[in-house]
Amino acid sequence: MDEKPHLRIELISHSRYLSCVRECMAQTARQFGFAEAQSSQIALAVDEAIANVIKHGYADRTDGLIWVSIYPLGDDEIRGTGIKIVIEDEARQVEPSCIKGRDLADIRPGGLGVHIIREIMDEVCYEKRATSGMRLTLCKWTKGRAGSAAISA
Amino acid sequence: MPERAPIIVKFASLEGGALALAPEGEIGYHEAPAFRVAIKDGYDRRPSRLIVDLAKVGYMGTPGVATLVEALQLSKKNGIPLVLCGMTDRVRGVFEIAQLHKVFRMTPDVAAALLLKAS
Repeated sequence: MDEKPHLRIELISHSRYLSCVRECMAQTARQFGFAEAQSSQIALAVDEAIANVIKHGYADRTDGLIWVSIYPLGDDEIRGTGIKIVIEDEARQVEPSCIKGRDLADIRPGGLGVHIIREIMDEVCYEKRATSGMRLTLCKWTKGRAGSAAISA
Repeated sequence: MPERAPIIVKFASLEGGALALAPEGEIGYHEAPAFRVAIKDGYDRRPSRLIVDLAKVGYMGTPGVATLVEALQLSKKNGIPLVLCGMTDRVRGVFEIAQLHKVFRMTPDVAAALLLKAS
């Protein structure tokens, strides 16, 4: 990746730090021009993504590492300004095509995180890192999909 | 490292044998296990209905939602109606994305939850 992140967080895979990341994400999204409601949604999507890394990637081990890098996206006439968030880990690798949200008609606990992430963010890309672990790239624009903007804060 | 309690949950016995359970704070992956224990404790008290007052929950991720889906399953299994109330727009938004807002009985507050007919 060529450009430098404006913000980079390194955390261990302990769920106690998720609330810190949520606060930071919401605040950063506001600084990047997102409204309060959108900023809360972005924080939710990142929270779900990191929780999935801790739960599924590291199997609740607390000594793994997770990196969150945040980049601004330039002004686009149609989509406005935006944010790119890259979440990387050294956890178990999975085939990106196998990462799917569950059928919402199936009312049961669990499996909602991926659905939430895809619903909120404009672009979602899972890939294997060359060395180890996974990389998740999330993008959202201030004037992105109309559907996601309709969700309450 | 010592850790503070991830979430506070207050219980209140109400008229007609109902029980209100009011979590305070944020319910994400870290806090959901304590919330789950509180819900189970609520059902173990065998109330006539369990009311989960979410007015003081500022954030809920899918682990919190999943805990409430489990509660709904317990509700059906035990024959104890479950009502959610006081949900903020932000928390309700998560239920709407997950399309679960139509699955739960929801009211604006505890008083309205008490007035709902048992089904």
